[in-house]
Amino acid sequence: MTASTPAALPRPDAAAVSRTRRRTRPPLSLSRVLLWIVVAVVLAYLVFPVFIVAPVSFSSAKYLQFPPPGWSLQWYENYLNRPGWVPATFVSIRVAIITTLLATTLGTAASLALVRGRFPGRNAINSFMVSPLVVPGIIVAIGIYFFYAQAKLVGNPLGLAFAHTALALPFVVTNVSATLHGFDERLEYAAMNLGANRWQTFRRVTLPIIRPGVFAGALFAFITSFDELIVALFVSGSGAVTLPRKMWDSLRQEIDPTIAAVSTILITLSVAILLSAELLRQRSERIRTATWIAEEEELGARE
Amino acid sequence: MTDMDQATYAVSGAIGSLGARVIFDRIEKRYGSVVAVDDVSLDISPGEFITLLGPSGSGKTTTLMMLAGFEIPTAGEIYVDEDPIAAVPPYRRNIGMVFQNYALFPHMTVGENIAFPLQMRKMSKAEITRQSGEVLDLVGLPGYEGRYPRQLSGGQQQRVAVARALVFNPRVLLMDEPLGALDKQLREHLQLEIKALHEQLGVTIIYVTHDQEEALVMSDRIAVMNNGRIEQCGRPTELYDEPSTRFVATFIGESNFIDAVVERLDGTAVCVEAPGLGELRAPMRSGLTAGAPVMLTVRPEKIVAVGDENGMAADMNVVTGTVDDVVFVGEMRRYVVVLPGAQRLVLKAQNRRGVQGFARGDPIRVCWNVDDCRIV
Ligand SMILES: Nc1ncnc2c1ncn2[C@@H]1O[C@H](COP(=O)(O)OP(=O)(O)OP(=O)(O)O)[C@@H](O)[C@H]1O
Ligand SMILES: [Mg+2]
Repeated sequence: MTASTPAALPRPDAAAVSRTRRRTRPPLSLSRVLLWIVVAVVLAYLVFPVFIVAPVSFSSAKYLQFPPPGWSLQWYENYLNRPGWVPATFVSIRVAIITTLLATTLGTAASLALVRGRFPGRNAINSFMVSPLVVPGIIVAIGIYFFYAQAKLVGNPLGLAFAHTALALPFVVTNVSATLHGFDERLEYAAMNLGANRWQTFRRVTLPIIRPGVFAGALFAFITSFDELIVALFVSGSGAVTLPRKMWDSLRQEIDPTIAAVSTILITLSVAILLSAELLRQRSERIRTATWIAEEEELGARE
Repeated sequence: MTDMDQATYAVSGAIGSLGARVIFDRIEKRYGSVVAVDDVSLDISPGEFITLLGPSGSGKTTTLMMLAGFEIPTAGEIYVDEDPIAAVPPYRRNIGMVFQNYALFPHMTVGENIAFPLQMRKMSKAEITRQSGEVLDLVGLPGYEGRYPRQLSGGQQQRVAVARALVFNPRVLLMDEPLGALDKQLREHLQLEIKALHEQLGVTIIYVTHDQEEALVMSDRIAVMNNGRIEQCGRPTELYDEPSTRFVATFIGESNFIDAVVERLDGTAVCVEAPGLGELRAPMRSGLTAGAPVMLTVRPEKIVAVGDENGMAADMNVVTGTVDDVVFVGEMRRYVVVLPGAQRLVLKAQNRRGVQGFARGDPIRVCWNVDDCRIV
């Protein structure tokens, strides 16, 4: 709010007020200190593996050893030079992108029907849509495998993307449904009243307003597909080997720090995607609030 | 309140259209076992300002929604200019609507909101800019195109909603409690503006409110709704002076009710017997038989206190009682009178020199013109 939008705050006193308001903190107390400690421990526990894996990937040792005796990029060279790793990365990205597109489109449409529609069996269909969240992955994988074996979809990246779409749908449906529940239906009525047909109403009014939910759902869909292993083990065959599948295969042959290098790449990619999405979101929000604040000031000055 | 809230709708040229005639023919809307709208028939003339007035849940919004096309009647037919509209989807009905909470698109600026219906009608950019500017002048918000709805005051949002509903020249404008969210002062101001706008544009307006004063001030005709039915439909003075049901008499203005039994019908008047009060008379109305229990209703301001001089005019009802309560309300005094038989009567007396004041416990004699009361 400071550097990028200097024009947004024409009255310095108002800026000062909002700054001081943000700086004030509740006084330190024992319970607050305890809370901070608990939070720190939980966070550390969650990211702990990263602090092992990342250093090991730069190790100069010939086997997994922590802490590393020295530093080298040999395992990253392995990743680039050994057969299979780079193609697997591209398969993963491709499958994840197809999954994201499919799951986001279908999931948004399904959410609209489930939240807006008045038809029998709505609750049952809703539970069915989110069932991949609760059914064990291995069961889903076996089912899909038998079906794909007959449909000749094993080893087909598109087939894998379809399977991942089923797994990713619950995330899209829950995210979009949540946004739709807070959506004022009268806005759609207004759009239609003004002459927009159903599609125009969706494109011009509904979608722009529920976009944050759709966006969050799409991110979840991408990540779900990008690091999915179990279904990939069953149906990726030899034609759709994804990065997690390739990691699994290589682990069974040899355990060397190449796997740590690949993991680090995987983590970095995921974090980069999440981070850029968050930055995008914040930026659009900042643009909106910035103009808003500017206009508020102007209104206030005139009154 | 900003300056803009006080601006008046400016005069303009191209916006405005001949209003359409709207006919509701025995419309019914059920939700399962709930009857939201029950056998509603209305014939609305071109250019008329008609108000649906009724308490919460009486079916006003449902009636509008059926005309706008968002609800489908379970029985009956709606006609706009003689054409049945059941088969026309909402987006082709060309009926403007101002929603209760305005329903402005939050992600669009004022200009984009107003351009929306014109874009849907595939108008050229230049034409859209021209018409948007014109309609914003009309509602007194020139130059507000770049604002977002959340940057506007309630009154300004209301104006934008009106502008958006008018910009595509609808022949009917529906307004669902458009002033419900505003403070009293601004509401009264905007009532007059909307009325002026109506007179200027000639569009048919169907207005919904549960505020009887608002309905009386604005409407050519008022349809009083209760439990999904229209209790009575007529000009404001008609509803006030000649309520045909007890509900209308209570809902519009204040009324007294006296329990009575029909004694005889003498052609021009009904004579009723009220316990403890003797014979009272009211204008004739159909459907009454001797011995039927009825209620006689009379407005507090139609009742006057009189001395005990004899020689009352024959067209007066006279009763005596005791003053039970006096409230001074500035321009008048409000008396509660207990009558024999424990019935109560409220009357309002102008606070003028020469008008006798009464105190609590005083005996009082009051009368009212036979034509000023009704049997309901
Ligand atoms: N979708 C629905 N399903 C079931 N009942 C409904 C539905 N919509 C409205 N109703 C019922 O129909 C009746 C009329 O509702 P409506 O919204 O028309 O009332 P209203 O006169 O507009 O009231 P208010 O002044 O509170 O807005 C109410 O009893 C309401 O509960
Ligand atoms: Mg309503």
